[in-house]
Amino acid sequence: MALGEMHGEAIAGIVDRVIARYRRDSTCMVQILREVQEACDWIPPEAIDRIQSVLGVARAEIESVAGFYSFLYLRPRGQYRILFSDNITDRMQGSEALLEQLCRSLWVEPGKVSEDGLLSIDRTSCTGMCDQGPGMLVNNRAITRLTAARIEQIAELVRNRRPLSEWPAAFFDVADHIRRADILLDQTMQPGDALRAARERVPSDGLIASNMRSWREGLPSGIGGPAAMLDEIKRANLRGRGGAGFMTGLKWEACRNAPLKAGQQRIIVCNADEGEPGTFKDRVLLSSYADQVFEGMTAAAYAIGAQRGFLYLRGEYRYLLEALNATLSARRKANLLGRDILGIPGADFDIDIHLGAGAYVCGEESALIESLEGKRGTPRNRPPFPVTNGYLDQPTIVNNVETFAAVALIALKGGDWYASFGTRHSAGTKLLSVSGDCARPGIYEYPYGVTVRQVLEDCGASQTQAVQISGPSGICLSEAEFDRIIGFEDIPTAGALTIFDRSRDMFEVARAYVHFFQHESCGFCTPCRVGTSLLKKLMDKLHDRHGSPYDLGEIEKLNQLLQSMSHCGLGHTACNPVIDTIVRFKPAYEKRMVHDQFVPAFDLDRALSTARQMTGRDDSQAHLDVEQGRSA
Amino acid sequence: MSQTFTIDGRVIPFEIGQTVMQAASQAGIYIPHLCYHPAFKPNGSCKLCTVKVNGRQSASCTLRAQSGMVVESDTEEINAERRTLTQMLFVEGNHFCPSCEKSGHCQLQATAYHLGMMSPHFDHFFPDRAVDASHPDILLDFNRCILCSLCVQASREVDKKQVFALSGRGIGTHLIVNARSGRLADTDFSLADKAAQVCPVGVILKKRTGFAVPIGQRTYDQQPISAPGKVAEEIRHD
Repeated sequence: MALGEMHGEAIAGIVDRVIARYRRDSTCMVQILREVQEACDWIPPEAIDRIQSVLGVARAEIESVAGFYSFLYLRPRGQYRILFSDNITDRMQGSEALLEQLCRSLWVEPGKVSEDGLLSIDRTSCTGMCDQGPGMLVNNRAITRLTAARIEQIAELVRNRRPLSEWPAAFFDVADHIRRADILLDQTMQPGDALRAARERVPSDGLIASNMRSWREGLPSGIGGPAAMLDEIKRANLRGRGGAGFMTGLKWEACRNAPLKAGQQRIIVCNADEGEPGTFKDRVLLSSYADQVFEGMTAAAYAIGAQRGFLYLRGEYRYLLEALNATLSARRKANLLGRDILGIPGADFDIDIHLGAGAYVCGEESALIESLEGKRGTPRNRPPFPVTNGYLDQPTIVNNVETFAAVALIALKGGDWYASFGTRHSAGTKLLSVSGDCARPGIYEYPYGVTVRQVLEDCGASQTQAVQISGPSGICLSEAEFDRIIGFEDIPTAGALTIFDRSRDMFEVARAYVHFFQHESCGFCTPCRVGTSLLKKLMDKLHDRHGSPYDLGEIEKLNQLLQSMSHCGLGHTACNPVIDTIVRFKPAYEKRMVHDQFVPAFDLDRALSTARQMTGRDDSQAHLDVEQGRSA
Repeated sequence: MSQTFTIDGRVIPFEIGQTVMQAASQAGIYIPHLCYHPAFKPNGSCKLCTVKVNGRQSASCTLRAQSGMVVESDTEEINAERRTLTQMLFVEGNHFCPSCEKSGHCQLQATAYHLGMMSPHFDHFFPDRAVDASHPDILLDFNRCILCSLCVQASREVDKKQVFALSGRGIGTHLIVNARSGRLADTDFSLADKAAQVCPVGVILKKRTGFAVPIGQRTYDQQPISAPGKVAEEIRHD
């Protein structure tokens, strides 16, 4: 269907159906916009007219939300919207050449819509397929293992306007690649096992009574099932698996003890906005361990007395939506969700899935909540924190997918058992998403305390120069540090472990990460919005051979400013990849110090490139002699 | 008896619930700021008002005052960072003070003077932002927008109109108006709106009043922005 030809009434019909499905709830704005786009290929003005009149939300407000997310389009982007995953690992696997090949083959410029309006080709931040890249998204469907041959096939399919449903199924295969399983991945938990075990451990003396009492009496232990569940989590010493490592028990207790205003309830949010480049463990958990994750959420709801839960799934994992909804349905049928779960009076809990739309910053919990409420994903001012004032100002806990999977395991086997794995300060195991230069990329589960060297050995890495841990916002290690351990006492991580062998240029690695942060800055605060852009310009300046020691000084200055003045973690960490690599791989930067003294980034010859393109001239006379120009 | 904290060694009384910025303003202490306006809920985006408390930096407009806090504000270290933020705002947009009607009334310009900003330091971004002159009474020059979102708040909360919103993301964040055409003329915006008066820079300008007050006699030509009550006064009389 060509969008231009879609009639106003047809669009209004689509909008009405979508809005009805979301019960005319404007807090579902991101979902409404995303589904309207799925039907219309973009968000046409007529659709905004209709949303405005039906929901009574100002048009500027709707455009404000739509404009924030990378995957929502206020202008036509074609019937086929192709986005190449642009993580450094995709590049190492040849994504740039494949992108060029497809652009050439379909006669499109990257970032632009084809002349006939059929398609657009662009780049997007890491799609979470680093173990089977290069990857791309076509209309939000993930395609893995791109090769030159596969690109030719895709060009042919687009040219012939074949619907995605007719594309070879193999394109869309996503493998789990579980290379090492420990307690979390290597067990045979059946749906309901964990909840039954939790119930049997201490019989509930009535869920409502227990939860009411808890916040008045400051949570005495042993007052019933919910408190006992929370005690197990505390005994397990479970720390959040999202990277920050906050004690899960403390977070839950604070939420449970937060008073409720009239009409409020407590909320559980599972953060599946796995956007950190190089991380893909949540994808695997949601593909093959979804029941366990939902069970963990339900156990959490039982512990804190929540009735409503959300799984906030990153837009890149849209392909998982149907299967996850089917799992939720099956759980409702088995009375593992819904009212009086497992026959416990008052144990009411259900889960909705909300899809993101391409915004890394929504992994930050308060930005995620804003997005859940149908707004731009801008991190909130804190305090107050989500545990007291979260989703729609209600007490909310936000935990990582892996945290909830661990919760289910703790509910099943108990906190003491769980705490017996790992180290003193880091209980249990950690899933690592291993990718980059190694023979066996994939998911590795280790008890905390494993050395980086051990991981490198197990995954078949050789000639390793550097390991980036926890993605660009984490740290970069050089060979001398490979005996350091994964754990909160040494290297905390959300899970990414990206390997670079000696053939890689660590300056280019850092530059790619800087581009990522610049693209993903939400734009709310001055230091991050402008600072990440300035940092990108500086790195590009070094890349373009205009670098001098002066520029390193500037980078250091930006680092200081972003650390101290940024609104959230994105800005705080945006300089990390550069600072880390300057310290450890100085020669990669020294190579770029072409000049002793400051030179401007401006390139006279490059400034003429538009004129060259317009006149169709590219002979030597159309170029300035750059070296001569500089000495003159 | 009210509680107290200190800013740069000076004892400041405050009431429970007040922010550091509110208590400081009340005590006649100027903390540089652009997105903060006493009539609106603090936004906390410009970060100019960042202060240091117990070694950690935080925006003073959103930071609740606590008894015994030791706040550093007017120090060379913090002012240097504020100066850099101001430079960032200058290079991000297109600010040509000599030809701007808001010159002398502009908080960005006055803040730059206050902080001793002598040059933009960074390369200019030269963004391409079209002017909207469609409205009969008001000119919108987006080139000067610093994304403080005060007009967004004023329009929503005081005027009950929602004429303005921020769209886009990152460095592409920009101000939009509530019209399918994207033009101010097609909104219900009026000169009497609160939103027409809160812009700290020269984005929202009244037409046909250019140079009513000659340069040299303008708000910050007379007194620096740090003079007691200057910002509030400027906002009132604009």
